[in-house]
Amino acid sequence: MSTKVYAGTEVSVNDEGFFTDPGQWREDMAAEIAQEAGVGDLTGRHWQVIHFMRTEFAQKGTGPTVRALGKTSGVSVKELYRLFPKGPAKLAARIAGIPKPRGCI
Amino acid sequence: MTKRIVILGGGTGGTLAANRLHRALAGECEIVVVDRDDDHVYQPGLLFVPFGLAHEEDLVRSRRRQLHHDIAYRDSGVDHVDVEANRVHLADGGVLGYDVLVIATGARLVPEETDGLTGPGWMTRTFSFYDLEGATALARALREFDGGRLVVNVVDMPIKCPVAPLEFCFLADWYFQERGIRDQVQLTYVTPLDGAFTKPVASRTLGGMLQDKGIELVTEFNTGEVDGAAGKLISFDEREVTFDLAVVVPVHGGAECIERSWGLGDALGFVPADEHTLQSKVRDNIFVIGDAAAIPTSKAGSVTHFEGEVLTRNVVRFLAGEQLDASFDGHTNCFIESGFGKAVLIDFNYDTEPLPGHYPAAVGLPLLKESRLNHLGKLMFGWLYWHSLLPGRDLPGVATEMPLAGKHLEVR
Repeated sequence: MSTKVYAGTEVSVNDEGFFTDPGQWREDMAAEIAQEAGVGDLTGRHWQVIHFMRTEFAQKGTGPTVRALGKTSGVSVKELYRLFPKGPAKLAARIAGIPKPRGCI
Repeated sequence: MTKRIVILGGGTGGTLAANRLHRALAGECEIVVVDRDDDHVYQPGLLFVPFGLAHEEDLVRSRRRQLHHDIAYRDSGVDHVDVEANRVHLADGGVLGYDVLVIATGARLVPEETDGLTGPGWMTRTFSFYDLEGATALARALREFDGGRLVVNVVDMPIKCPVAPLEFCFLADWYFQERGIRDQVQLTYVTPLDGAFTKPVASRTLGGMLQDKGIELVTEFNTGEVDGAAGKLISFDEREVTFDLAVVVPVHGGAECIERSWGLGDALGFVPADEHTLQSKVRDNIFVIGDAAAIPTSKAGSVTHFEGEVLTRNVVRFLAGEQLDASFDGHTNCFIESGFGKAVLIDFNYDTEPLPGHYPAAVGLPLLKESRLNHLGKLMFGWLYWHSLLPGRDLPGVATEMPLAGKHLEVR
């Protein structure tokens, strides 16, 4: 566990950079986290996914997997990989300030 | 009035739940099992079919005959469940009201969800061994395969029996050695995970076994497209793996009748349930067992077996208006066939990952280690499945709760 400063505010994150307290997240932090994660500038499509992740987490207590995201967010899996290269579910969760999606076993 | 329990699905979970509930509630409840066909497939046996070690006739029995004769069997598909009205609408037009519904509809293979997978090359160059048709077709293709690159690919999690694709690799290594052409076959395991398996200690052991057997491991590969004509897997981030023969485990979803039932399933068609009581999140009188459940366990027959005891107790308690038992611990127990008459055993639950040691106690089957004893255990399990597990009996020496005795906890 360590801390980071985004948009001038100190927040707690885990070893992989995920927020440990999603309540500390604010929208104006997203751009900085995205730069740090190598995602670049956030577009409207990125934001659609980020808002969706926040809503899902609020309702279900865990972020969706890439496949579930592709079925329910209105953004296809192909596009998700263009927006968040390498790992859309993980990267979007990190930028949205929610814990790493619980992997399947 | 006699209460009615309707069980959707006559596979492992539905059958053992029906038989256990019948024993617990004999005479007090009417129990109806619904399934669309009468073919109960012993799914752990599918792994052996491609290598000529098992055949269709060894693996399929009547669903109806695995049920106690006082349990009603309804031979029909399910159109949808109306959770508001407590009714199941059957594909044959019938309607079944229920007091308690047990969902045991399993997982469904969805190869068409991956671009190109069911296109050119499907069942000639790209196969799945996760159903009888695919496993049987693959047996022919393996017999004719005389060299080149064989790729085993898991498209995405969750899948049934997450160790089965690894077992396929180990058996393929053995099979081609037996045929004397192992040096002409390149074996590659391509997985979306960041290692050979989901849990760290087991992942290291199994990864080491792949290495020892000369099986290449490609990780974090999220298959976006399968091009059977060109012989390549293409990931969403545009990496490619070429193949001469591909054994692909397609993505899984829940049963279509779940997707057609308002409020019942999640985005993938699995039914969200409490991971300790197995009561569904949508309605108090709906319970879920086996692969159909969206809970953080492996989709495996052993999990289903261990769930059986808690599920039965909770249906009985629910009917009596009592508090549910929240004791299901996620216990999973898998024999991993490793070739040459040996197997590895892993045993774990929600809180404890697979560790070395012995099962069920300090004297017992070796854990996380190749042994002949485990291979015999795996073979014996086929008999136990039909004669103990499906009838809903407890297996001798195998408790529902995961044992800690015999496990080496200090390894990490």
